[in-house]
Amino acid sequence: MSSLALSVKDVKVRFETAALAFDCAVPAGQFVAVVGPSGSGKSTLFSVIAGFETPEAGDVRILGEDMAGRIPAERPVSVIFQDNNLFAHLDVATNVGLGISPSLRLGASDHDRIEEALARVGLADFGRRLPPTLSGGERQRVALARALVRHRPLLLLDEPFAALDPGMRAEMRGLLSDLHREEANTILMITHHPDDVKSLADSVLFLDEGRIVAHDPLDRFLARRDLAAINRFLGNDEIR
Amino acid sequence: MFDSTENRMTIAAAAFCLGGILLFVGMAGIALITQTGESGANGLFDAYIWRVTRFTLLQAGLSTALSILFAMPVARALARQASFPGRIWMLRLMALPLGLPALVAALGLIEVWGRQGILNHVLSAMGQQPISVYGLFGILLAHVFFNMPLAARLMLAGIERIPAEYWRSSANLGMGSLAIFRFIEWPAVRGLLPGIAGLIFMLCATSFTLVLTLGGGPAASTIEVSIYQALRFDFDPPRAIALSGLQVALTGALLVALRFLAPSPEEGQTSGRAARRFDGLSRLSRLADRTWLALALLFVGLPFAAIAASGLQADLPRLVSEAAFRRALATSAAIALPSAIISVVMAGLMIRAQRLLVARRRREMPARLFAGTIGASTSFILLAPPVVLGAGWFLLLRPFGDVARFAPFVVIAINALMALPFVHRVLAPAMATHAARTERLAASLGIHGFHRLRWIDWPALRKPLLMALSFALALSLGDLGAVALFGSQDLATLPWLLYSRMGSYRTADAAGIALMLGLICLVLTVLGTAGEKQAEGRGA
Repeated sequence: MSSLALSVKDVKVRFETAALAFDCAVPAGQFVAVVGPSGSGKSTLFSVIAGFETPEAGDVRILGEDMAGRIPAERPVSVIFQDNNLFAHLDVATNVGLGISPSLRLGASDHDRIEEALARVGLADFGRRLPPTLSGGERQRVALARALVRHRPLLLLDEPFAALDPGMRAEMRGLLSDLHREEANTILMITHHPDDVKSLADSVLFLDEGRIVAHDPLDRFLARRDLAAINRFLGNDEIR
Repeated sequence: MFDSTENRMTIAAAAFCLGGILLFVGMAGIALITQTGESGANGLFDAYIWRVTRFTLLQAGLSTALSILFAMPVARALARQASFPGRIWMLRLMALPLGLPALVAALGLIEVWGRQGILNHVLSAMGQQPISVYGLFGILLAHVFFNMPLAARLMLAGIERIPAEYWRSSANLGMGSLAIFRFIEWPAVRGLLPGIAGLIFMLCATSFTLVLTLGGGPAASTIEVSIYQALRFDFDPPRAIALSGLQVALTGALLVALRFLAPSPEEGQTSGRAARRFDGLSRLSRLADRTWLALALLFVGLPFAAIAASGLQADLPRLVSEAAFRRALATSAAIALPSAIISVVMAGLMIRAQRLLVARRRREMPARLFAGTIGASTSFILLAPPVVLGAGWFLLLRPFGDVARFAPFVVIAINALMALPFVHRVLAPAMATHAARTERLAASLGIHGFHRLRWIDWPALRKPLLMALSFALALSLGDLGAVALFGSQDLATLPWLLYSRMGSYRTADAAGIALMLGLICLVLTVLGTAGEKQAEGRGA
């Protein structure tokens, strides 16, 4: 068995109105699509992995290390949200620079790294621009550039393309899969689009009502017909 | 959310602030309650106190009714005539009284309506008896001057929220002016009326400075002013205590009534573009609208013009070089700056701590209680008017020697508390948006402590913080309520100097001081409220 990038064991999270329980293991280097209906607990799963929520029970291990008691910044994780990934009042280069040093102590070599990362996501010469002057796709690419300079082995993407139009989504998918190949990192991505799943994922985590109900390699997931929620997601109802 | 040392320190600091507030208010309350024992409670609720209570309610009720009755046609005219030249300036004028210190406004009103004023000149030219501005008449004038524009702006906001299609349909259906009022405008305004009326009634029932300057004697005195008189002139602590209890009970009852009966009115997006309307074009409606607008313009604008005109006639260069003026300016600054800073820092800490506590998934009872108390503290402060707080501390400190020695600290604390609800209203939405955008991101990147303040919080929150500070400064600079009890030669702020110059009939000096104080406060208020809407709408 290859080494595990992430293992979530017997994790329980209780809210005032709901109780969630997660169990899963992700081998290093995989691209995992995280799907499921709204309110099924996808974002909570991410919050637990990234350290925004502390579970009542169970443990989260990243690369074999126990994450208990570690604050978000101390975990080997980068997160990209659907929106507001950049500080609006800081320029693009500074936003990327925060990924190298949270106190913005940057040397000459750091500035070179920022330039490289921006060039890699196709935004060379965008360093001095302010986020509000960029398009939605450009802002998400800056967030990707920051994830690149942070170099964390696990990347969590919480619906990163949700605000983008179809053409832009396709472009971002291409960029993301290139970066995944180069970095050899592990990526978990929440999405609502079967297209994202089919063209990017090695395996699929499917959540429903606060549980992980399926974790299958892509081919097997696409062939499944046994769960109503999965059929609904893949649109299998209409085909039959 | 994620607990860290930093968050725990924020919560501890907020707990410290809240404790300080409760202690400050509580001590005043305890002082008032325990000292009742000094003399028997007999005769406390004598005829005088009943008269004062009756008058307080009467003037507040009349002020509310008149303000609303005047505001209705003005709001309607502003809504209906959506594009006359100067409309935007009319709207700005309606926002101005908010920033004017009550004492300065009182002086302006006396200039217009007083013995030497425009009204009495007209009356005497017609051979009529002159009218005195002092008494119920003056109090009503002043309250309508402050609250009619407020009511009109809130009603206008309500009318402007009506969907544009309504005006098209009504034009298509051929609805007349009366039908439009009955079926479209009135239903929109009616829902707002309890909130507006409650707010105005509250403001008028607790108004101190206006009643003090325009009441003109014991016949027209409210509870607040009577507390002041009982302590300052009659030196009758039991009476002051009884009156304070009455005042707290009254404001408490009003707050409860407001909370359950009337949701607080929202300003929303006024003064922006008004919907295109197809009514109000007939000659008659235009004439009516113009008349109401002209009346409102004169009523609100004339006192401002009078303050400016008579202020400019004063010997300003001499006044500015006078030692008394400079000392008062310095005293005012020395009181307003710390109190505004305290207010903003306390509000900021408490808002952040409340967010941290509420964001916790499992909210333990103490945390929940604490967050709730922070939330309630801003409105609960309204329960204890400055004069009541001042009276409590006055009695508390009396055994320790000359009250005047402690006065600056008490006045700073009272002013800081009084500004807290307003500062909270400016800061809370801005801080909530900022936190929603940056909290998790900053945490995942490990930006915290000083770096977080320097790079993330300060650039984004600088504007709302300065706005809140500016607003708090204006409130504190223009305040007479807290200073009145403690004011002396050693603690003469600008409003206090103005009040004593008015009392000694040095009218020209008073006019000059009023102009300068009014200008300072107006500029600060405009700075403090102007960017309120833009500040929230910045997106990444």
